Amino acid sequence: MSCDEKVDCGRRRLIVATATVGGVAGVAAAVPFLASFAPSERAKSAGAPVEADISKLAPGQMMTVEWRGKPVWIIHRTKEMLDGMAKLGDKLVDPNSERHQQPDYAKNEHRSIKPEYMVAIGICTHLGCSPSDKFKTGAESGVDADWPGGFLCPCHGSTFDLAGRVYKNKPAPDNLEVPPHKYLSDARIVIGEDTKGA
Amino acid sequence: MASSNFEKFKSDGTVLGDVTEWIDARFPMTKMWKEHLSEYYAPKNFNFWYFFGSLALLVLVNQIVTGIFLTMHFKPDASLNASGVPVAFASVEYIMRDVPWGWLIRYMHSTGASAFFIVVYLHMFRGMLYGSYRKPRELVWIFGVLIYLCLMAEGFFGYLLPWGQMSYWGAQVIVNLFSAIPVIGPDLSLYIRGDFVVGDATLNRFFSFHVIAVPFALAGLVVAHILALHEVGSNNPDGVEIKKNKDANGIPLDGIPFHPYYTVKDIVGVVVFLMVFAVIIFFTPEGHGYFLEYNNFFPADPLKTPPHIAPVWYYTPFYSVLRANTVNFFWIDAKLWGVIFMGLSVMVFFFLPWLDRSPAKSIRYRGPLYKGALAIFIVCFFILGYLGILPPTPGRTLVSQICTILYFAFFLLMPIYTKLDKCQPEPDRVTFK
Amino acid sequence: MKKLLLVLLSAPLLAFASGAELHLDKAPDHSGDYAALQTGAKIFVNYCLNCHSASYMRYNRLQDIGLSEAQIRDNLMLAGNKVGDLMTIAMQRADAKVWFGAAPPDLTLIARARSSEFGSGADWLYTYLRSFYRDDQRPTGWNNVVFENVGMPHVLWELQGDQAMGQEHKLELVRPGKLSPAEYDEMVGDLVGYLSYMGEPVSEFRKHLGVVVLIALTVIFVFAYALKREYWKDVH
Repeated sequence: MSCDEKVDCGRRRLIVATATVGGVAGVAAAVPFLASFAPSERAKSAGAPVEADISKLAPGQMMTVEWRGKPVWIIHRTKEMLDGMAKLGDKLVDPNSERHQQPDYAKNEHRSIKPEYMVAIGICTHLGCSPSDKFKTGAESGVDADWPGGFLCPCHGSTFDLAGRVYKNKPAPDNLEVPPHKYLSDARIVIGEDTKGA
Repeated sequence: MASSNFEKFKSDGTVLGDVTEWIDARFPMTKMWKEHLSEYYAPKNFNFWYFFGSLALLVLVNQIVTGIFLTMHFKPDASLNASGVPVAFASVEYIMRDVPWGWLIRYMHSTGASAFFIVVYLHMFRGMLYGSYRKPRELVWIFGVLIYLCLMAEGFFGYLLPWGQMSYWGAQVIVNLFSAIPVIGPDLSLYIRGDFVVGDATLNRFFSFHVIAVPFALAGLVVAHILALHEVGSNNPDGVEIKKNKDANGIPLDGIPFHPYYTVKDIVGVVVFLMVFAVIIFFTPEGHGYFLEYNNFFPADPLKTPPHIAPVWYYTPFYSVLRANTVNFFWIDAKLWGVIFMGLSVMVFFFLPWLDRSPAKSIRYRGPLYKGALAIFIVCFFILGYLGILPPTPGRTLVSQICTILYFAFFLLMPIYTKLDKCQPEPDRVTFK
Repeated sequence: MKKLLLVLLSAPLLAFASGAELHLDKAPDHSGDYAALQTGAKIFVNYCLNCHSASYMRYNRLQDIGLSEAQIRDNLMLAGNKVGDLMTIAMQRADAKVWFGAAPPDLTLIARARSSEFGSGADWLYTYLRSFYRDDQRPTGWNNVVFENVGMPHVLWELQGDQAMGQEHKLELVRPGKLSPAEYDEMVGDLVGYLSYMGEPVSEFRKHLGVVVLIALTVIFVFAYALKREYWKDVH
């Protein structure tokens, strides 16, 4: 700010200094109010990691657990299912999971920590419907004659494979999200928490 | 003569000037700024009593802002949750513990309620010291008393919301006051509660009044209060009209622009107030049981009355007046007289501008009669307030009866003693003391 | 004018002149003393949290007093609860009412609720928990000096031993318990310290923040006052 003869320079400096100090205080006073919008301890507790027992999950079956109010699928994939997935390559939008829809430890060809167990949030990346499982292959599935098994979103027809990868030319833009998760033992899995942090 | 607004205002060529010109052609922004701040001439001899007006506005803003945030988490629900606690009570503790910074916002609101009354009582006392209610400021005063009434209603409705023992039984007692009214009384108090006891319906309607109805009225009255004040100009500790002595430009000789002089001065007052406010919020938010009553940490229990119920401190002078009436006379029983006198003890403030016949406005030039009367009134007000906190005993009741009589005597005898009083002549110009 | 103000200022002081009937012992102040608070938390969970809930308090909040989540889970919680859960109890209030005559109150806020002109809530609790005595007239066999005809039996009697109402209305220890009177007082002190903490877990932080806020306001005051002086040079 320039300071010519017309204005009182000392006074102007004092105004600027007081306004600065007052402004900083004002911002500091706003922090508690803005911070009160963040999830409360109750919401955090309700959204805490959940444990699931996967020892009774038969190959070829899936189970759903609720985490933060969302369905999380745990799919026990068979050898045939994994083989079928490997051939899909060019039919998928993001076959190598380049986009950040999964933690780094699930950024691999099967999008999971252990090849046979898939964990994904069952919410379509298009507009948030929950896709239904269509594990039967071929015409029997009611999807397509050469359907290899996967998921079909009932809302707008997006299709996903058994690793939650989205097919090309469908409304959904991205693969299904893989939540942070870890294995406590072979039989127990925790969703919402991984070994890196939290 | 300018044919349209677009010719009336001219920009100085800067971006700010252009924007101002654009707005001023459509909305009286600069005009309002000048009328109420930069060219509102206030007497230059304001003393510290004059801080409390702007502080009342600050506390109002504090209550509204913190109230908005509390409303996001509070649940006006009297039903019991899984742990057997009323949902409303539990939601206050949820704010205190689970909501990030909720404790601070809640303490700002609960302390703000008491601060509001402290500031407003001091503001009213200032008016009584310097005769600020006298002609031509009668409407300023009347709007002010209406604001005070709204504030009492707002405090009363708000106090039920935490749904603690004092909330519950306080509301029970106050609503039952209405049952003293002949014929319609019992039905009226039932109608106010919306239930046979203070219950969920009562809690919900009080919540609605507390967060919507009364704040709307309050905001409107505050605007009216300030507009009326700025129409006639501020009084001052000497009680002389600064508009009587103007310079060649029509500016009062004893006046200075509110902005910047009183804005910078009020900022100092605001900071000092905030320091006191912060000491209470951060070091003694319960105010030793006066700002947050200890019994209110027990959830409301309709089957168990606490051993001693007293209203929050800011109502206790009037509560004492209520209790002071123990005799039936004129075919009306003591309970109704209590309610009538309690109502009158508040309403009587409306008549102050016409009760005061003193030639001088300010206490500085008034005689010993008014000075003495005001001192007795204030002492009575404090004693009544103090006795209202305590459980009644025969001795205390007698004292409160004496104080009630003196309280009303201050107002009712005012036309006589202010006329008889030996006042000093008011000066022509303001002084600095 | 000055005299008037003096009278006004002294009026609130009269509030403390009212006659006190209830004598309370001063509870030790354990705020910020993590070791005592942790001991108190353990006593609370073992002796109180079966009949009394603390239904606004989350277990993981105990990290405030220096416990880790793992310590809370391993030492203070029943299996199956999540560390973010509230300290609720399995007993239904309706059942409790039948069993005890009145449902045992939730204890989260008890230290705040029991404050009075006679002393802090901690003082009340500290005195109360040390003032049980044998009384055959009561269904539980116990009575209490501070809380007459209380519904709660003396849960800690094995530790304190039996007290009886002696002459001149003074309590006497007639049969010693597992702890000496000094040890018992210390234990109750820790428990009451914990109850005070639980009444307002944020209070320590609140006071620290208050100091920061006041320092900041003092700085602002210096600037605001200098600015006011600067402008008012024109007027005076």
